[in-house]
Amino acid sequence: MAVEATLDRPRVGMGASPAKPRRIIPGFGITLGFTLAYLGLIVLIPLAALILKSSGIGLSGFWSTLSSPRVLAAFRVSFGIALAAAAINAVFGMLVAWVLVRYRFPGKGLVDALVDLPFALPTAVAGIALTALYAPNGWIGSLLMQWFGLKVAFTPLGILVAMTFIGLPFVVRTVQPVLQELPPEEEEASACLGASRAQTIGRVVLPALLPALVTGFALAFARGVGEYGSIIFIAGNMPGVSEIVPLIIVTKLEQYDYAGAAAVGTMMLAVSFILLLVLNALQHWMRVRHAR
Amino acid sequence: MRVDRSALTDPAWVRVALTATALLFLALFLVLPLASVFVEAFRRGFDAYWKAITEPDAAAAIRLTLLVAVIAVPANLIFGIAASWCIAKFDFRGKNLLITLIDIPFSVSPVISGLVYVLLFGLNGLLGPVLREQGIQIIFALPGLVLATIFVTFPFVARELIPLMQEQGTEEEEAALVLGAGGWQTFRRVTLPNIKWGLLYGVLLCNARAMGEFGAVSVVSGHIRGETNTMPLHVEILYNEYNFVAAFAVASLLAFLALVTLVAKTLLEWRFGAELAATRR
Amino acid sequence: MSIVLNGITKRFGNFLALDTVDLEVRAGELLALLGPSGSGKTTLLRIMAGLEFPDAGTLRMDGEDATDRKPRDRQVGFVFQHYALFRHMTVFDNIAFGLKVRPRGERPSATAIRAKVEQLLSLVQLEQFAGRYPTQLSGGQRQRVALARALAIEPKVLLLDEPFGALDAKVRKDLRRWLRGLHDEIHVTSVFVTHDQEEALELADRVAVMGHGRIEQIGTPTEVYDRPASAFVFDFLGNANKLEGVVEDGVARLPGNLSVAVRGRKPGRALAFIRPDDITLAHAPDGPARITAIHAIGPTARIDVDLDGTALEVALPRTGLETLALRTGDRCRVSLGQVHLF
Repeated sequence: MAVEATLDRPRVGMGASPAKPRRIIPGFGITLGFTLAYLGLIVLIPLAALILKSSGIGLSGFWSTLSSPRVLAAFRVSFGIALAAAAINAVFGMLVAWVLVRYRFPGKGLVDALVDLPFALPTAVAGIALTALYAPNGWIGSLLMQWFGLKVAFTPLGILVAMTFIGLPFVVRTVQPVLQELPPEEEEASACLGASRAQTIGRVVLPALLPALVTGFALAFARGVGEYGSIIFIAGNMPGVSEIVPLIIVTKLEQYDYAGAAAVGTMMLAVSFILLLVLNALQHWMRVRHAR
Repeated sequence: MRVDRSALTDPAWVRVALTATALLFLALFLVLPLASVFVEAFRRGFDAYWKAITEPDAAAAIRLTLLVAVIAVPANLIFGIAASWCIAKFDFRGKNLLITLIDIPFSVSPVISGLVYVLLFGLNGLLGPVLREQGIQIIFALPGLVLATIFVTFPFVARELIPLMQEQGTEEEEAALVLGAGGWQTFRRVTLPNIKWGLLYGVLLCNARAMGEFGAVSVVSGHIRGETNTMPLHVEILYNEYNFVAAFAVASLLAFLALVTLVAKTLLEWRFGAELAATRR
Repeated sequence: MSIVLNGITKRFGNFLALDTVDLEVRAGELLALLGPSGSGKTTLLRIMAGLEFPDAGTLRMDGEDATDRKPRDRQVGFVFQHYALFRHMTVFDNIAFGLKVRPRGERPSATAIRAKVEQLLSLVQLEQFAGRYPTQLSGGQRQRVALARALAIEPKVLLLDEPFGALDAKVRKDLRRWLRGLHDEIHVTSVFVTHDQEEALELADRVAVMGHGRIEQIGTPTEVYDRPASAFVFDFLGNANKLEGVVEDGVARLPGNLSVAVRGRKPGRALAFIRPDDITLAHAPDGPARITAIHAIGPTARIDVDLDGTALEVALPRTGLETLALRTGDRCRVSLGQVHLF
């Protein structure tokens, strides 16, 4: 029957004589045309302008912009802390997903819905709220100060808090559906074969969740690297210490250093795309490995 | 065969410990920040709150935010329908590339989303001199805000509709056409009713982001009070002026919008989950 | 309405779905397109409906060229394999759709539409289901709604894609009989696609057997069954023993020392088809064949025979089996009735 579907009832295709009405469903030309035009005008041409502008300063100019200590430090801060935040989210996101799928407790539906808050809450609002909480006189900040002498807001730790907040839903939302679909028979089979609960989790459950976990981690990391709104309030923005890459771009723009901003922007874009490619490869790998 | 029960379910103390840890983490990172917005907003009482959200600059920011969303959301809605129609109902070369390209704005830093338009339309930008001669201002004006907002909310509707329409296939449309319906009739009477909840879902998320966007609009806005300040930018200005109550008052409106969005989203997922792509991914 | 197809060719990428097909559908007949998966039968049906357009060839409806005519101008009723009912519309609205979308000038009044739909609902015996949604119906009921919806536009030709494919065996048989009765009542030119030979032979006035994008044979069910035109048709109509043999000196030599006289056939390898009921068995302790199994259920007994390493299937009436008194393991002699050689 699989052959029936592909050979006997094919989808409308391209590449025949244009004189005849090839597609029975109307609107292909106009919708594809509009899609391409809109995509080009809104996304592709502006992105091309970014690359064009940054190439205007030449390779040496590009390099000297990127290799300035302040920019390098910002890259270290952005990527390093985003990595740490994604790791935190991998652990706790996994935990939250596990609890939401496997356990029952009052208010579960509410908690499940609330996980998406960082997607819905404007970043500026998140930024000032987190700052207020973690500032030395805030609800949490004062406690941390009292108990551990720890200063969170206006330090790199603040950036970590903000990045953890905005990356939180990614791991939960990628792991949750996979965990839900995981057939209980696999765990039962493992138990029947004599594995302990810990062995079952470690050898049966975790490997099945790993691809989703890695995807969620990468998404949270990418989001953290690009994040601006929630961080600038809590970071303190000290050059070399708690200054993130997006802020460098904004600063350069304010100084009318368009080429410099474009160079840093292009670099970020390149990293984003590499991440996207890695992600796609991961998802492909996941599909092949867990083809059901 | 006897199976050790502890091998199938976690012991009670593990369940309680894990649930408590997860809830504590969520409370710390989600509930407290949300609660603090409203607490800080009403710190000086309702009158101060009311004054903060009704003073002329705040009102102008609210109007501007609504205006930007009213332009950007329908634009992306029309795009989303067009893109999902040609992608889901037809086969053509380069389709997967197109789907990937549509997703680009989600993987780009919001700051870059604004930056690209400054580089294109700004004073020192590629088209800057031409635009200045014509007396057209895009950056530091409404068009720039709209463009940046469209950019960051670009994929929302398309992303929800493409898998939904792909799954629904083309048979119902073909049936309608054989029964004598025209193209527009087919879309309005057959396709649209099948995707309406997915459409609403996409629009909901698109709108939340459009009204709440900060990074991208911050770059193109120029921060002119009462003129090019959207609500999130107004929050920033008030906060940087140490006018915390007013900042949190305006922020509370945005937080309220986020809550409404979450509630509506959850309701849609709960009531029409089978007719959404997002809940079945 | 009659449909005449001439030299219809259709490719999908590198796959040749239809290879210069000629076919005439006569006015008022019920024609079956019978073939295996990938034989092109559904593509041919979709070309008649205007859902697919041929790369080459012409299609004439009642003598007029309709090759490029859009489906809405063809007045065909199409019943999709999985029915393609509009899932958000009630049964009533599904059936009324084709009338409601007509241009204002040609659209019947609301009361006329209601009357028409009610008439169709009673025709398909679903009067009490008008307000239901497709998901609330059984497979057979959906099928009848799809049929009523197709009939609502008073089509000149009715096209059905695997009309019983998605139904279980019992419903299938009932609906088959019902559809034949319906056709005898309204006499609309109808073409249906099926991969089930029993269905095609029982239901259709004529059967077109398709394979590899071509029409292998077309004729009445009796013609096709009794005189298959090719090995493919014989094979596909099924239920036949296939023996490989060699033709020499006007005789086809088959396994087990069997031979059949043939006239006017060149020497060489040949394929012989023999239907199970064209084989007779006789007790013979030194015979070349051995009985491996006997399935005696119902009026006809099926006997598996091993003939020199070739498995044969033989059908005997139960009474015949009892007279022969054959048992599993017995050796026997085999004689062939009608043999089709290709």
